[in-house]
Amino acid sequence: MTNLHCNIAGIDSINPFWLASAPPTDKYINVKRAFDAGWGGVVWKTLGIDPPVINTSSRYGVHHDRSRGILGINNIELISDRPLAINLAEIEQIRREYPDRVVIGSMMAPIEKSAWQELAVKIANSGVHGLELNFGCPHGMCERGMGSAIGQVPEMVEQVTRWVRQAVDLPVFTKLTPNITNILWSAEAAQRGGCHGLALINTVNSITSVDLDLMAPTPTVDGKGTHGGYCGSAVKPIALNMVAEIARNAETKQMTISAIGGIETWRDAAEFIALGASGLQVCTAAMLYGFRIVEDMKAGLQNFMAEKGYAHLDDFRGKAVANTVDWNDLNLNFDSKAFIKQAQCIGCGRCHIACEDTSHQAIRFDTNSQGLRRFTVLDDHCVGCNLCAHVCPVPDCIEMRTVDNGQPRLTWPQHPKNPLRTDVPVSKNTEV
Amino acid sequence: MTKFSKSQINQNFDDLHKPLNRLQAITEASRCTYCYEAPCITACPTSIDIPTFIHQIRSENIKGAAQTILSENILGGTCARACPTEILCEQACVRNHDQGKPVEIGLLQRFAVDTFLDADQPHPFKRAEPSGKRVAAVGAGPAGLAFAHRAALLGHQVVIFEAEAKPGGLNEYGLAAYKMANNFAQREVDFLMQVGGIEIQHSQRLGDNLSLAQLRQDFDGVFIGVGLAANHQLGIPGENLPGVEDATNFIATLRQTADKSSLPAGENLVVIGGGNTAIDAAVQAKRLGSANVTLVYRRGEEYMGATAWEIDLARKNGVVILLWAKPIAIHGGDAAAAIVLEKTALLEGTLQGTGNTLTIPADKVLKAVGQKYALADEPSLDLAKGKIWVNERFETNLPGVFAGGDCVHLGEDLTVQAVEHGKRAAHAMGRYLFTISALEI
Repeated sequence: MTNLHCNIAGIDSINPFWLASAPPTDKYINVKRAFDAGWGGVVWKTLGIDPPVINTSSRYGVHHDRSRGILGINNIELISDRPLAINLAEIEQIRREYPDRVVIGSMMAPIEKSAWQELAVKIANSGVHGLELNFGCPHGMCERGMGSAIGQVPEMVEQVTRWVRQAVDLPVFTKLTPNITNILWSAEAAQRGGCHGLALINTVNSITSVDLDLMAPTPTVDGKGTHGGYCGSAVKPIALNMVAEIARNAETKQMTISAIGGIETWRDAAEFIALGASGLQVCTAAMLYGFRIVEDMKAGLQNFMAEKGYAHLDDFRGKAVANTVDWNDLNLNFDSKAFIKQAQCIGCGRCHIACEDTSHQAIRFDTNSQGLRRFTVLDDHCVGCNLCAHVCPVPDCIEMRTVDNGQPRLTWPQHPKNPLRTDVPVSKNTEV
Repeated sequence: MTKFSKSQINQNFDDLHKPLNRLQAITEASRCTYCYEAPCITACPTSIDIPTFIHQIRSENIKGAAQTILSENILGGTCARACPTEILCEQACVRNHDQGKPVEIGLLQRFAVDTFLDADQPHPFKRAEPSGKRVAAVGAGPAGLAFAHRAALLGHQVVIFEAEAKPGGLNEYGLAAYKMANNFAQREVDFLMQVGGIEIQHSQRLGDNLSLAQLRQDFDGVFIGVGLAANHQLGIPGENLPGVEDATNFIATLRQTADKSSLPAGENLVVIGGGNTAIDAAVQAKRLGSANVTLVYRRGEEYMGATAWEIDLARKNGVVILLWAKPIAIHGGDAAAAIVLEKTALLEGTLQGTGNTLTIPADKVLKAVGQKYALADEPSLDLAKGKIWVNERFETNLPGVFAGGDCVHLGEDLTVQAVEHGKRAAHAMGRYLFTISALEI
């Protein structure tokens, strides 16, 4: 029997799926509907110091695929635009009504010790399980010296985290912005500041499109637009890498991670857990499909775990971390070749033209006398780049097959062609 | 007595396939894999760059999509409606192999062309500098129109001589009404004529008030695209009774009647033949309100000239298909009343009557046993298989006289094939005129 119950930075949760701090967690009715749908917890939409902010009309931009599916959206909405007291009263109410669900208070304040500490205490008194420090918001709030304006300066990340830790006796998550050069600098700063967990990634700074009639970026507000925070499926690869960077870094690998970034399905969730995440936060998928999507996330994750024999999330948490290495640790003697399964090939030629024009001219195109189109890999030319397998419209039609070339593992630091070679390869005979 | 109301009948002749809306088109376009050297292009007689135009629909460059289509096939709007795509582009689609269903190329082509025409844009093609040449086209059907447009683009002045009162040929008179709803044939001709340099003269019939010899004198080049204007006959007793007519005539009347509910629908209608014309006649008769429509074909279904899709359409419309039977007589007093059929069988490889007969009521008999080239008495043109002989450059045996479309011995009798013939003949004639000019200098 599989069990999704988990503990995230000391907080028990019936499942790892929390709604991230955003419009879906803006008020009582949304959160109630989320809990009724089965979400394990919510991070309440970011609370600030009164008076509340004003939000614009026209808030979201979109990046569609060609079938009107959504790859990502961005937003220029600020933090909660309702008075703090109303938010806190609703948090108290929801805590009473759903005692088994997690409520985290997300917060943001100007860079003053008293502002952060006083707000932290107020939110803590509403009964939340923990606090999340929003250092990530890349639009609007940063122009007021908050959000990513803090998150982009490691010293401020550390300082503010420490202030909040001193003020309250609750688990504290520091939420990181991806709009930096190296995620480890802010992760380590948060650790020095004493956070119990990291939440990442916040949204990516972006312009989703330009309205070519208005000649303005979208979303447009009265003819003008601004950069906003990009989220959804498209940012998942960025988030996976940043989570992995923290999970495999000696200084930070013990840190608890609540992963955020384009989680839409159980598979996305499993991938973040495999890279070391303890919890998961979702926003865009819920905004696109409603809270019901958590049902398949839970069921799919459990089915995956049952199939693999994992009883608990901890059984596979971080299992992919050891295999996430620097490029220098890759085996340069590894060899794979594309193999086209002719029975599944529909003859579209996409593999051929991709390889011919942009790769290694390794796929031959023949047409026989009956007009049958046949594509064959020229092993001598194939470098095993995977491009053909990716562009093929038929899943599993092109298989990348490992070539057993009898050669030992050889990395770049060991490679004879490396002028700065320091390492001497282990001979195959002596390998265990 | 018809069983349909007036509005129902006219609705019956509206678009058979509903056109795609923008979202449907973009969604369907996304099924296209954008094949390299795509099989659908090879399967299209006019070699339209189908993956490119579909990609352009997907990127919402609809104008570009229409230009891609029309640059190869100026009658792309009709072909999108009338082509038997199930045996052409869509049969070749690779999506048949993994999804069991081709991309709806015909409907996408219609979307692109219709969207372009609806936007009322300037004609998308520019003519070359005047060549100083005058060329003639005989017949304003698909072949003649395609020839004329391409010849005009090459800089020639073109005069089309058309026997009928309207241009379009089979597009106007021959295709089923539900394939060409809303007067599309004329709309398309209007669009084509916008290129400039083309004049159409009507009621000009070769062998009647028009002579090939005179045309050769008056013009630098002549293109013949007269189609197949005569019908094969049954050669059976009773064939001349009122109520017996050529299916092509029945269809032409139907196409030229704005209010189709004013046409009489026979109670018992019999169509003889197994090609797409027979199907078009039978289905339209049914939609007009005929109570019993029987299509009689002398062989088995697998031998029918109509595509499987058309045969299925007939059955769905309630047409009874009677196979392995041939007409031997039509009975009636003042008009047809019944038809006598003899069952047939293949005996030692030849089709023979079995001697078993049946008689079915038939107050209307439509003959659709094939059309033939009608100018066999134009003695100067060499024929092959009963049609005009041409070489691979669409040249007849007469210098400067080219021919294409259904009236020549090459290719299949398809609208799209005729368009390709006209287009290629225009280029071939251009090379011919250039060569002649060079010799004259």
